[in-house]
Amino acid sequence: MTITSNTNRRTLLKGTAAAGLATLASPSLFSIARAQTTPIRIGFPVPLTGPFGAEANDQVKAAQIAIKDFNDAGGFEGRLAELLVRDDKLNPGEAATRTLELIEKDKVNFIVGSLSAAVQLSINNVAKERGVIFNSISQSDAINEVKDWSKFTFHEALNPHITAGAVGRYAFGKFGKKVAFLTADYAYGHEMVRGFQRAGKDFNIETVADIRHPLGATDYSAFLPRIQALQPDILCLCNFGRDQVISITQATEFGLKGKTKLVAPVLLYTARQAGGDVFEGVIGGTSYYWGLESQIPSAKALNDKFRAANGGAVPSDYGALGYAGVRSVLEAVKAAKSTETEKVIAGMRGLKYDWYKGPQYYRGCDHQSVQSVVIVESKHKDQKDKNDVFSVVSVEAPDEAKLRTCEEMGHKA
Amino acid sequence: MIGGFTLDLILLQLVTGVALGAIYVLLAIGLSLIFGLLNVVNFAHGAFFMVGAYVGVFLFGLTGNFWVSLVITPLLVGGLGLLVERFLVRPLYGRGIDYPLLLTFGLSYVMIEAIRITFGLTGLRLPTPPELRGAVNIGVGFFPLYRLFLIGITAVIIGALWYFIERTRYGLIIRAGARDPEIVQVLGIDIAKVWLMVFAIGTGVAGLSGILAAPLQGVTPEMGVPVLAEAFVVTVVGGMGSLGGAVIAGLLVGIVVAMTSLVAPDMAKVAIFTLMAVVLLVRPRGIMGRAGGLG
Amino acid sequence: MSSAASSSAETPVKLHWLETARQYRFPLTLAFLLIFPWLMPYEALAVNILILGLYALGFNLVFGYTGLLSFGHAAFLGTGAYACGIAVANYGIGWFAAILIGTTVATLTAAIMGVLAIRTRGIYFAMVTLALSMCVYYTLYQMQWLTGGENGLRGVNIKTISVLGFELSFINPTVKYYVVLAFVATAIWLFSRLLASPFGAVLEAIRENEERAKACGYDVARTKLLIFIISGAICGLAGALNALHLSIVPIETLHYTTSGQAVMMALLGGMGTFFGPFIGAATFLLIQDVASTITSHWQLFVGMIFIAFVLFFPKGIWGSILHWLEQR
Repeated sequence: MTITSNTNRRTLLKGTAAAGLATLASPSLFSIARAQTTPIRIGFPVPLTGPFGAEANDQVKAAQIAIKDFNDAGGFEGRLAELLVRDDKLNPGEAATRTLELIEKDKVNFIVGSLSAAVQLSINNVAKERGVIFNSISQSDAINEVKDWSKFTFHEALNPHITAGAVGRYAFGKFGKKVAFLTADYAYGHEMVRGFQRAGKDFNIETVADIRHPLGATDYSAFLPRIQALQPDILCLCNFGRDQVISITQATEFGLKGKTKLVAPVLLYTARQAGGDVFEGVIGGTSYYWGLESQIPSAKALNDKFRAANGGAVPSDYGALGYAGVRSVLEAVKAAKSTETEKVIAGMRGLKYDWYKGPQYYRGCDHQSVQSVVIVESKHKDQKDKNDVFSVVSVEAPDEAKLRTCEEMGHKA
Repeated sequence: MIGGFTLDLILLQLVTGVALGAIYVLLAIGLSLIFGLLNVVNFAHGAFFMVGAYVGVFLFGLTGNFWVSLVITPLLVGGLGLLVERFLVRPLYGRGIDYPLLLTFGLSYVMIEAIRITFGLTGLRLPTPPELRGAVNIGVGFFPLYRLFLIGITAVIIGALWYFIERTRYGLIIRAGARDPEIVQVLGIDIAKVWLMVFAIGTGVAGLSGILAAPLQGVTPEMGVPVLAEAFVVTVVGGMGSLGGAVIAGLLVGIVVAMTSLVAPDMAKVAIFTLMAVVLLVRPRGIMGRAGGLG
Repeated sequence: MSSAASSSAETPVKLHWLETARQYRFPLTLAFLLIFPWLMPYEALAVNILILGLYALGFNLVFGYTGLLSFGHAAFLGTGAYACGIAVANYGIGWFAAILIGTTVATLTAAIMGVLAIRTRGIYFAMVTLALSMCVYYTLYQMQWLTGGENGLRGVNIKTISVLGFELSFINPTVKYYVVLAFVATAIWLFSRLLASPFGAVLEAIRENEERAKACGYDVARTKLLIFIISGAICGLAGALNALHLSIVPIETLHYTTSGQAVMMALLGGMGTFFGPFIGAATFLLIQDVASTITSHWQLFVGMIFIAFVLFFPKGIWGSILHWLEQR
């Protein structure tokens, strides 16, 4: 597949580099020799190893569907697309190095990828300094704020503000106003709390506790007695991945579910599969759930292609983002009739698209993709098969008013 | 009310700290044993812990019985430890602490990756045994039954290890071997066998703590990584190779974390390393460490 | 008989050849590093190797020459990187001054940690340095307004630098390599001078036999502390260069796993040797880079290579090569 073809090309390039030594040519001269028919290269740094390896592999599989569709349709003026997958190891330093490799050596046209706030900010910083478009498929509020953002920055994923907000708007009306927060102590966690608090204003919620736990904690027992004593209606778990699995497991163990509804801004499909029964009844937000296919034709189309290519498996939330992120830049190339950065930026800004989850577009001031938020409840007993883990309880329609305003992000309106 | 918290809550938090401490003790004693008696810094300790959890889940899948897996898992993981000592660690004795450290570091990579290849990247789950589910009223509030069970089983394991090392003939040989391996050898005892056994016990206990932690944490290939750091802190604070030290330090760390979590939750992890720095600066050998042992 | 005679006649010549190489080790290294980027898959990796090589070299000053195993050197790489990065990103200070600031802050950190830790020995020294460096980690982690916290520091952006009146593009990878090389080469040169100086002789004496050195009237404790601080300064320089190279500072830089990396690189290359750590860094990064492009199970191969090296090449790569050359 693409990874192997990369390897071959890589060894080949190494050979040329060795030859270059003999002729004392500068490595940068290789780009001049490149002909016009070169493929459209998309760099795809994702954490193939590490705790989000399952999601990252899904992202690669889904991105390859977007590449295949583009190439099957003839590409752009005969130029085919190529995906250059790199393992960022969930480490911002490694991601920066890989991004430099993709830009300086592989001369990629665009970069899509990442699955961590810190990693996407790192890739973004390297890419924007070199004028390369980066479409991030991972959540963060900071990346669209004026300090980190550039015109080369696009954000395909949801952000914590809108995801937490949508979940809050659903939950506060239904389950009560006494709210406690258990939050991973890092920017992403704080951003989720901010989203909940903003949404909570309209519901006059009462925050009984806002407990910050260290990121990557493996035991939550020390935080739980206090929450238990406060007896909140809702406990918002503003954490992610393994932190979320463990904190939900242990909250269940402490018997918190009896009086309190557990709510998570981002409920991961794979985390739910790993957590099993303890997730039962937990409410959360997600950018995508395969079950949307009963309502949305584009979701059905993506699922079918993914099933056909991967032995019946369905794409996960973050996996689907890999598809959307790559498809957006490729469609923008077609729309702009060019691979020149400036023209593709204009192309992306002009997109009104429905790739997999209903209508979407990039907001003008910060290139945040305005999209729906899916609210799901975790199933257990009435699961039909191993993929049937959530029921969709609500879909909040795309609405720019739910985002923080451009001024708030530091942009001129 | 003390500092805005009710007395009940503070007492409950103390119990939480003790239960947490029991887990820390479990994590640390295997490392401490190998560290203290063989002078080997086992960087693969966390990986053995993780393998224990996976073996536990696998056996649970086969037998459907938590208790059977609980008994067999440490035996299998200890068996793996036997192989590792015999073929990988043994050639390195007498070469200083650096080489076993580097070797076990490499070994942890191999073990984690082998588990990823065998069991996949997505985590697995080991359900709490039905008889230990739920929370019970302990007078100051409700507390999960499984954690009370952990306190109990830790006490049993420590008691057994203490009896083995301090009261049996094997224990005598182990202790003598740690003091002066040459004399023991001169007395006609095969010291290599003793070290083999210690390594197997240490890794077996790591595996046991893995399966015990599995219902609390879930099971992932990366679950051993934070464990290594925590086990190190407890071992060092307690004094290397000291069983009593590991118990005191584990409980101390558990209670410090629990109390910090109540007052300043985000500082819970900082507290662990601050405690370690303070103890080491005041008493470099750790609370119960012997002088001279490892110079 | 005759073969033995001929080999004994040849041996002095061979040794002489090696000795000559040793005398010119600085120019030889420089010559090699000048062509180095063409030997690597891409420049950013070559820069990484330069920087982490310098880091391992700095670490080895303590480990290889005093036998003290530090598990806290991430603190110096990290504070160097953060101080330099913050100077550029938050205060708009020029790149050269920022590098000096980074190195200075790391040196101060090393002085404080050194004073606290130097009286402990053996494995306890490793643990004290580890605990102290983790305190630095959490302190900077919490100072989000300054360091960016878990998100890391972004915006360490240097587009152009002026050297002797010339405007150079720091975005150009080749230029960046040679700028970083200039600093790394200077540091290696100073390091090499240091070892050749009377201070180096004291170091050698302590490494050979600490008790004897003490008896000879050397202040061993102070020398060790001084070495620790110089080592911190070198690692701080590496950190500052890394901040400029990657244009970000990840919080992981300060984590104890980064300290562990220095230990691994030094051991892999050969800790008793001058170049060993550098070779170790190059091998460590190259194996990871190549293996992770070929397979997502790269950790399996990296782990096995480590095990093989410990078992079969205990002197490390460079140590084994030197040993082999000397035997011939």
